[in-house]
Amino acid sequence: MGKTFAKPEALSDQHTHYCPGCTHGIIHRLVAEVIDELGIKGRTVGIAPVGCAVLAYNYFILDFQEAAHGRAPAMATGIKRVRPDLIVFTYQGDGDLASIGMGEIIHAANRGEKFTTIFVNNAVYGMTGGQMAPTTMPGQRTTTSPFGRNVKEVGMPIKMAELLSALETPGYITRQSVIKPKYIVRAKKAVKKAFQYQLEGRCFSLVEVISTCPTNWGLTPVQAVKWAEETMLPYYKLGEFKRPD
Amino acid sequence: MGKILMKGNEAIGEAAIRAGCLNYFAYPITPQSEVAEYLSRRMPEVGGVFLQGESEVAVSYMLFGASACGARVFTTSSSPGISLMSEGISYIAGAQCPAVFVNIMRGGPGLGGILPSQADYFQATKGGGHGDYRLLVMAPASVQEAVEMVMLAFPLAEKYRNPVMLLGDGLIGQMMEPVEFPDHLKSEPTNKDEWATNGMDTRGSNKRNLVKTLFLDAGKLNEHNLMLKAKYDRMKREEIRYELYNIESDYKALIVSYGTMSRVCKTAIDNMKDEGLEVGMVRPQTLFPFPENAVYEAASKESCKVVVSIEMSMGQMVEDVERCVKGKLPVKWYGKCGGDVPTPEEVVEAVKSFL
Repeated sequence: MGKTFAKPEALSDQHTHYCPGCTHGIIHRLVAEVIDELGIKGRTVGIAPVGCAVLAYNYFILDFQEAAHGRAPAMATGIKRVRPDLIVFTYQGDGDLASIGMGEIIHAANRGEKFTTIFVNNAVYGMTGGQMAPTTMPGQRTTTSPFGRNVKEVGMPIKMAELLSALETPGYITRQSVIKPKYIVRAKKAVKKAFQYQLEGRCFSLVEVISTCPTNWGLTPVQAVKWAEETMLPYYKLGEFKRPD
Repeated sequence: MGKILMKGNEAIGEAAIRAGCLNYFAYPITPQSEVAEYLSRRMPEVGGVFLQGESEVAVSYMLFGASACGARVFTTSSSPGISLMSEGISYIAGAQCPAVFVNIMRGGPGLGGILPSQADYFQATKGGGHGDYRLLVMAPASVQEAVEMVMLAFPLAEKYRNPVMLLGDGLIGQMMEPVEFPDHLKSEPTNKDEWATNGMDTRGSNKRNLVKTLFLDAGKLNEHNLMLKAKYDRMKREEIRYELYNIESDYKALIVSYGTMSRVCKTAIDNMKDEGLEVGMVRPQTLFPFPENAVYEAASKESCKVVVSIEMSMGQMVEDVERCVKGKLPVKWYGKCGGDVPTPEEVVEAVKSFL
């Protein structure tokens, strides 16, 4: 009997440091599967963010660079400009991309840099221990919004996919999720499409992925999925926001 | 090719191309924007990369990303811009990537002014960004020397896998002087397959490369810093460059000065010689590593009574001069920092006041 299911070649055997119920593992796997399927492992460079995924390079068997907080899109720009033949992706969280790295992502998208961004949105700073992010939901308690996010003081959560879609430069911008199997299947298709657009030299591509952080949300993995579905998905609508064609 | 008349900023851009650096990322800032303007039309001619980034912060990381995949890269900026790039410089040094930064200094702090200054000595030689790192810092005193130092900067950055900074004041960037370009530099970064993230297929390897600065384990981070320190110690042994002026005379005073300021000091020294007062000078061409022994030896001359650090800052290099003189002689400072370059007469007056 032949092998019907295997670990992607682009992933290592290491146990991850991610918490139980965290969705980074699923997203890593989707990216690795796509890299395998497209046969681009030998010319792909990943860029790790600052945040929980800073150690992503321990799990991907790919050339990898490690960025400063929010700066991954600038590094990806540097690589693609001098080596357009390399396939480059940044893997960033919401504190990294939507807060400190807002300038870098908007300008990279607007220049139409031909790299791919996997943007993991779990509505909280993970690595630093659960502080409020620009994506934190109204009323959501975090370690720096102990009484719940007060939108009168700090504004509403930023919808990055919609914001980036407003740029006139052609791009591929989509929001997906991995909190349920049906979403995972769609997310995989979106990740593949994003890499394909890059391979064709078409445009900047970004896949926002609505994710869970049971540890910093103070919920069990099952409760976290329910919270994400009931609280985040109505606000962060899934779907394709922009296509280059 | 003979001598041509060229503005410092443009000559710096051209020198980088001749050094084989075809990748330039930058953000406009006075008084060095002419480098970006020049390269925005010159890079396409030579098939190179020109990109104006959205900020100096982003530019420093464009350099990081490009350098980390094995490309020869550089940028130019001026003081406030270098402050913003300092974050990236710390990462580039920590990750051991070669890159060249040119700082055409203007006055500070804050916006300061747009006239020439040397007030970024501390920033260039003592840090700027966070953590234990050093830049190899070279300070040109003419457009010709700026060209030569740019061409030297790339092989040095690659030799040490460390950022190299060219520290020029606004005058070096703005003035026009006759300049002759050395032959094209042919060398490519040699060992990049060992460390650069240039794609496993590019180097025909199954082993992936990783460029990073995070070491969560205390012992490993200490080891990493010791390895970096060994490189900086090697720079101190192999890369010190300086010029001596009127050093054979029985000088009564020794000036230490660099960049444009040192040219004014040479005129002052000539004028004092005409009056019968001998003054010698050490002109550091590398600010890190600093010519420690040269300053000490020059200060050890029996006829010498005082050492004067003359700089377009409120007294920054003087701290290194004091360190090198080791208390043998009084060390004084003279300088200005508003953008006026002290005149030869003012230098003469200052030196005499210390004797």
